[in-house]
Amino acid sequence: MAHKAAPAYDKLVFELSSPGRQGYALPANDVPGAADGVPAKYRRTIPAALPEVSEFDVVRHYSRLSRMNYGVDTHFYPLGSCTMKYNPKLNEDMARLPGFIALHPLAPDAASQGALTLMYELGRMLSEIAGMDAVSLQPAAGAQGELAGVLMIRAYHASRGEKRTKVLIPDSAHGTNPASTALAGYEVIEVKSTRDGEVEIDDLARHLDETVAAFMITVPNTLGNFEPRIIEITNLCHSKGVQVYMDGANLNAILGIARPGDLGFDVCHFNLHKTFTTPHGGGGPGAGPVGIKAHLEPFLPTPVVVKNGEVYALDWKRPKSIGKLQAFWGNFGMLVRAYTYIRTMGPDGLRAVSDNAVLNANYVMKRLEQDYDLAAPGPCMHECVVSARRQKKHGVTAMDIAKRLLDLGFYAPSTYFPLIVEEALMIEPTETESKQTLDAFCDAMIQIAREAERAPDLVHEAPVTTPVRRLDQTKAAREPDLKWTG
Amino acid sequence: MQRYLANTPAEQRAMLDTIGAPSIEALLARIPAKARLPRALDLPAAAAELELIREMRALAAANADVNGYACFLGGGSYDHFVPGVINHMILRGEFFTAYTPYQPEASQGTLRTIYEYQTMMAELTGMDVANASIYDGASSLAEAALMAAAVTGRSDVVLAAGVNPLYRRVTQTYCDGPRIKLRTVAAPDGTIDLDAARKLVDGTKTAALVIQTPNFYGCLEDVAAAAEIAHAAGALLVVAADPVNLGVLEAPGRLGADIVVGEGQGIGVPMSFGGPSLGVFAAKKALVRRMPGRLVGATVDLDGQRGFVLTLQTREQHIRRAKATSNICTNVALCALMATIYVATMGTQGLIEVGEQSAAKARYAADRLTSIPGVSLRFPAPFFKEFALKLPVSPDRVVGKLLKQRILAGVPLKRFDRALGDCLLVAVTEKRTRAEIDAFADALRKAVA
Repeated sequence: MAHKAAPAYDKLVFELSSPGRQGYALPANDVPGAADGVPAKYRRTIPAALPEVSEFDVVRHYSRLSRMNYGVDTHFYPLGSCTMKYNPKLNEDMARLPGFIALHPLAPDAASQGALTLMYELGRMLSEIAGMDAVSLQPAAGAQGELAGVLMIRAYHASRGEKRTKVLIPDSAHGTNPASTALAGYEVIEVKSTRDGEVEIDDLARHLDETVAAFMITVPNTLGNFEPRIIEITNLCHSKGVQVYMDGANLNAILGIARPGDLGFDVCHFNLHKTFTTPHGGGGPGAGPVGIKAHLEPFLPTPVVVKNGEVYALDWKRPKSIGKLQAFWGNFGMLVRAYTYIRTMGPDGLRAVSDNAVLNANYVMKRLEQDYDLAAPGPCMHECVVSARRQKKHGVTAMDIAKRLLDLGFYAPSTYFPLIVEEALMIEPTETESKQTLDAFCDAMIQIAREAERAPDLVHEAPVTTPVRRLDQTKAAREPDLKWTG
Repeated sequence: MQRYLANTPAEQRAMLDTIGAPSIEALLARIPAKARLPRALDLPAAAAELELIREMRALAAANADVNGYACFLGGGSYDHFVPGVINHMILRGEFFTAYTPYQPEASQGTLRTIYEYQTMMAELTGMDVANASIYDGASSLAEAALMAAAVTGRSDVVLAAGVNPLYRRVTQTYCDGPRIKLRTVAAPDGTIDLDAARKLVDGTKTAALVIQTPNFYGCLEDVAAAAEIAHAAGALLVVAADPVNLGVLEAPGRLGADIVVGEGQGIGVPMSFGGPSLGVFAAKKALVRRMPGRLVGATVDLDGQRGFVLTLQTREQHIRRAKATSNICTNVALCALMATIYVATMGTQGLIEVGEQSAAKARYAADRLTSIPGVSLRFPAPFFKEFALKLPVSPDRVVGKLLKQRILAGVPLKRFDRALGDCLLVAVTEKRTRAEIDAFADALRKAVA
């Protein structure tokens, strides 16, 4: 049996605390008078119980904790639909230039021309990539981009005096699609997909009428396939006055190949933390700019970055705007990274991204097709979905396979998504991984398929090399322990 | 070869041979011809690393960053000191390039830091439980309004006029779909008019009373009095508070808050032109199953060893879909990590010192600035580290003049409230020196003369 990769470390920072130890140094207060301006009635009565540790305690503790993680820098991370590609180091250096990282959001426009220029140009570049007329950079993540997009659609219909109450969403969609749509005040109607994850056009057509505000769909779809009849679908929607929204989570597959705007979409959001290499950071921050066609421009979130002659400014005078999504202008630090990436790649580089993402996914799919059931026939786009239904006959589930992969030195694919595939394992290799890495991963997947037949207990026991073994989720939910109490 | 791509032409050929396809183009055959872009993208040509560094430095240099300017800007983003150790730790790739901890056994590092973060935020705010973070202070407040409406089954949310107007606009956006009505209680003296609040907070309609302390104008609110008004009407009290102040200021939870939200940028997150930020969200235990966002809980593994997982996920969109408590998926884990390392580094005493120094320097600055003829405090209420100045000349002109002297003088309030067209909002953190404050006062004296 393999040994645990990281030495056992089971401390929380609170457990390192020693009264009086100090990890910071501030200059002495150089103004006369104490803070007697703050009356006693507002003052804290019991000091906050926080860790008291040295700077080196902090460094060693968080270094050790980091070693209990798998990240893209250290492990292949084929998490489908999340596009876990290499996060270039140059992006980090650029985001940390003092003029960007130490810039206050309410600095006068005259004092932030560089930042406004970058935002204006990034908006134009994303518009070109998606074939859209305008982009709002404000949404903080994909789900907030969805909310912004659906609210703009709502405002558009309202401006035409139309009362539409429903939004159609395929059963294969990401969970945020129905959640964001419901938050925007719409009734969510699920439409069926074919077995290959494509839209059932007849089912869609049956639902399309004057009560439907929008159809929301992911392209390529969550089974990793391009929707072959997409133009027919967007035309059909438009013929009924229905707006079409593209979830851009899978944009990495079609850069320079096809553009949402050209396919007939009215709105699409971008996940800068997927396609445009901003880091995922253990679960955010993301950035979810939203692109729109011209008829939705009056409804863009405020403020909008505009160019007057050679001067850039934040334009607040937009009476039809849906309002604001964030206090300030967007996750600017992420915008700097995405801008750096697009400028690094150029048009040919971005096209090569999608070509190689598609090649890598098809290679993995081909290598696995003997040992796993494919959810849909190939060729796929940037990701492929396989089913562990064959392994399940031996009692080995998609979850077991995911855990065994951790022991073999790989992070796991997305599991049990899309919901329409039994025992789904959704694999997105991305273009930044090499053939050697893909071969090693495929060898591991094939090994596990064999183990499922010959030594299923080995798979059930996994993982055994990680800092902890399988965790008791039921206990966590039944007896919530959400903070350290000593 | 592009440096971020791995496959050589020979490797591409070998892979295509395995696949049994003649070309990559053949793999794209499902995309109909009329859906294809018939040209290359019209984007600037690729820039080499060195070229791009020059270009980006030029762009960055066109901004007035706080390294070269004395910053007295606030209004929701503050120039607090960020210890250098934070950047070193967050850049460890195992943290930086991981994703949401869907496989907990391979994500214990992230899960532990979030559990530490939840503990710290609960302690600072005086609440039972804090979530793993929301996008920013404004969207945290918006989520609190939605949650209060869901918990109480009521449809109105009453906001004090002192709540940051940018937060109010975000809350309005979020409340549009669910048809939650926002009402406002005036703050003629800089803090909430408690009598007006008592009249407006309704025993059948009001889901929550929302205050911010210190509020947008820097004034300290009476949280306990607001709690009494909210609770007497069966409504929740939502308090927006900046955690960096809570080393010195009383925890809202001890004064009766049911939900505490806030912008955590001040605790270790760079300003970065306003984002990414850190939305703090904490609540009473009874409300935990209605909370938005991710939660990390402690549990045990098969061997009985302590471990951590994402928990109570049946609230969330990937399971509940249209019926989720919120549409949020991504939080801001990396910013929460910055905050965790900040709080660990500063500790109890460090946060007290940051708060005391900020308050003392703000007091000193207010005294110096209001000694200038024609310059006065706009509101009589006690303030903490930020205050509104009434000026005898246009605040925009003052800001423009002082910018030339490398001073970011403050935020003109005209954009937020026409009635405050002669006011400038000035914030002072522990980073400002006596010399900078004195220079600001000298410059302002000349600018208004």
